[in-house]
Amino acid sequence: MTGIQNSFSKGFRDGVPIGLGYLSVAFAFGMAAMADGLPLWAAVGISMTNVTSAGQVAGLSLIVTGAPLFEMALTQFIINLRYSLMSLSLSQKLSKGVRLLDRFLIAFCNTDEVFAVAMGNEGELGRRYLYGLICAPYLGWVLGTLVGAAASSLLPAAVRSALGIAIYGMFIAIIVPPSRKNRAVLGVVLFSIALSCLFAYVPVLNSVSSGFVIIICAVAASLFGALLFPLKEEVDG
Amino acid sequence: MDTGTLLSYIAVMAAVTYLIRMLPLVLFKRKITNRTVRSFLYYVPYAVLGAMTFPAILSSTSSLWSAVAGLAVAVALAFFKKGLLTVALSSCAAVFLCEWLMRIPF
Repeated sequence: MTGIQNSFSKGFRDGVPIGLGYLSVAFAFGMAAMADGLPLWAAVGISMTNVTSAGQVAGLSLIVTGAPLFEMALTQFIINLRYSLMSLSLSQKLSKGVRLLDRFLIAFCNTDEVFAVAMGNEGELGRRYLYGLICAPYLGWVLGTLVGAAASSLLPAAVRSALGIAIYGMFIAIIVPPSRKNRAVLGVVLFSIALSCLFAYVPVLNSVSSGFVIIICAVAASLFGALLFPLKEEVDG
Repeated sequence: MDTGTLLSYIAVMAAVTYLIRMLPLVLFKRKITNRTVRSFLYYVPYAVLGAMTFPAILSSTSSLWSAVAGLAVAVALAFFKKGLLTVALSSCAAVFLCEWLMRIPF
């Protein structure tokens, strides 16, 4: 019988490394938003209300191209669909003391990294631990965006160019280790990359808008993985 | 771009993202048992990130060659399981170094 983890300060400490990581990635997002011509309040507003890297980067390109709102909604839905699975798993791990209102608030900041750290604990999780855990990541995400957006015009062009790759570097850091360990994940990633490159370089296909390209690649590659390499029964997503 | 348009984009992004996170946490008490659905959801993040990174990463800096250098460094470090921050910053450093070298007249 394991106990309930419900210490705010333990949660806060666990969140600090995530917050530091977010600081730099959000910095790059803030810079990218300014480079795309968004005002500073919009860059920070997106980070304050979304708290998700992949969805925000995709959203940025849709805003710039003036995509219809429906396409924005559908793109966010597909890209962020994974959170529904994470929230579902997290819901199984909450102690009885976590009330409905707590669930509404915690859901707002349930990012990939927060979820990963939360699930790394033994036993059930209490509300104080979870509130502590989301503090530093949220602050890091919002402050990083603010500083990145505000500093972008001050930085020399060479530094701005170098920081342009930061978000993609983080994406690579997320997809490479599981691809190395699991051939099915590698297959899904390569399938998705190949499809995405087709849409970028083949005439006619390259006129499809960026939001739909991500949706098509994500659905096709995940379906390919689900049908060819279904998960074994007791593997957690 | 006018403020109203921007606000409506941000509102749609935020609402969809929040609902996806909130509804399962508030409503569902049971686990998803369908194996195909579970497998599909498991692969989604990798598929999304793969498609978002390629080929976009190649045009994320001011030259194709510096982007290739940054990509190579990122993949190599990620292969040896370095953390997100290390991989991202090393990739930036490789781009900076590559562009600096390219400016030297030989």
